[in-house]
Amino acid sequence: MDENTIICRCSDVTLKEIRDLIAQGYVTYDEIKRITRIGMGPCQGKTCGQLVLREIANATGQSMADLKFHNIRPPVVGVPLHLIAEEAKKNEE
Amino acid sequence: MKEVELLIIGSGPAGLCAAISAASSGARVLILERSFRPGGQLIKQTHMFFGSEAQYASHRGVDIADILLDKVRALGDRIEIMLNTTAVAFYEDNVVTALKDEKEYFKIKAKSIVCATGAFEKSLAFPNNDLPGIYGAGAVQTLMNVYGVKPGDRVLMVGAGNIGVIVSYQLMQAGIQVVAVLDAAPRIGAYLVHASKLARMGVPILTSHTVKEAIGTDCIEAAVVCEVDEKFQPIPGTETRYDVDVLCISVGLSPLNELLAMRGVEMKYVPQLSGSVPMRTETCETCIPGVFVAGDASGIEEASSAMVEGYLAGLCAAAKLGHVPEDFEARKQDYLKQLEDLRSGPVGDRIRAGMKLTQL
Repeated sequence: MDENTIICRCSDVTLKEIRDLIAQGYVTYDEIKRITRIGMGPCQGKTCGQLVLREIANATGQSMADLKFHNIRPPVVGVPLHLIAEEAKKNEE
Repeated sequence: MKEVELLIIGSGPAGLCAAISAASSGARVLILERSFRPGGQLIKQTHMFFGSEAQYASHRGVDIADILLDKVRALGDRIEIMLNTTAVAFYEDNVVTALKDEKEYFKIKAKSIVCATGAFEKSLAFPNNDLPGIYGAGAVQTLMNVYGVKPGDRVLMVGAGNIGVIVSYQLMQAGIQVVAVLDAAPRIGAYLVHASKLARMGVPILTSHTVKEAIGTDCIEAAVVCEVDEKFQPIPGTETRYDVDVLCISVGLSPLNELLAMRGVEMKYVPQLSGSVPMRTETCETCIPGVFVAGDASGIEEASSAMVEGYLAGLCAAAKLGHVPEDFEARKQDYLKQLEDLRSGPVGDRIRAGMKLTQL
């Protein structure tokens, strides 16, 4: 059933994929992110973050407080590139 | 680049109160609100609030938003609210970038900042949890109470905390059938008053139950529910099927504070506050001077404490900018006392324990 359970709605990553990766030894959010693109979609990990960390915690016996989420970087929502370019041009003038 | 004295991100209860407090002291305030309407989640709360007089108890949330917005208007041009504007990034030099109407992108340089960005609904992992018709309970409440859209005809609510129970009641008020409310915990998390109203309408509240799977092809058609043991593991043979076209997930909120995290504010995972939260002083200031946090962004509580935190953060942010009212110390102590009262008693145990872990 795990293959039908979606953990990451942005990139359609399933619970089965997450559990398989953890079983292979990928036990940090960043490693799982690099392999699956989890946390790199429009929600930037807000939906999947705690679910993935909980899976890692359950599998490794660590507490949630000891696990690291990914580094949070701008932007928090999608911004059309031409708008960024226009704003940058204003600063040059 | 737009330059402002105090930038407040979010116009929910915390953000509005921070603005009122700071502008009353003489600060000039800009509020960014990503929605088309100010008030945050207050605008969809059609039920009366608990708490104390000072936080407008026995008023409906939507009316509290109006009360606060009247106070904002009374402060004239000292407070500007930009609607449809999302804070996109927060950089080291206190520059925030914003996206307005999805067609203007610009920088704002602020002397001081209050982050009052609220919360995000937690999701739940179960088979077919991506079928259309599966919503966050807060999203359904927004659909119904803000946009006047009926989400469906038959609803299963997962989560018997205040949000799950209140939204279930409001669904029933809108003529939508709630077939059951379930919660994995052995006890109902919501206040008894709210849960009783639902029980009187004949809605079963099933404790120690969870959703096992959703069923459907193009959208949800049914959900299978089962009992769980004391370790929250499903008990085989206890499955019940409910034919529904909506499933609401109400399993809690996470603090929304990614802007603070990217700014380099020291954060900590505090389960009592439902997620990663900024470390701060008793006056809501983070480890970065002039950067404050208030409301659910600093840990999940209620609108009443969000308002008081907002007043406190706004007062102290303005004071740091040189706007110190004569009664500064008295007001500060009053807000701290109000927060202590709101977090008193057995209900506040968790919050108090969480707060201790976040103090700088």
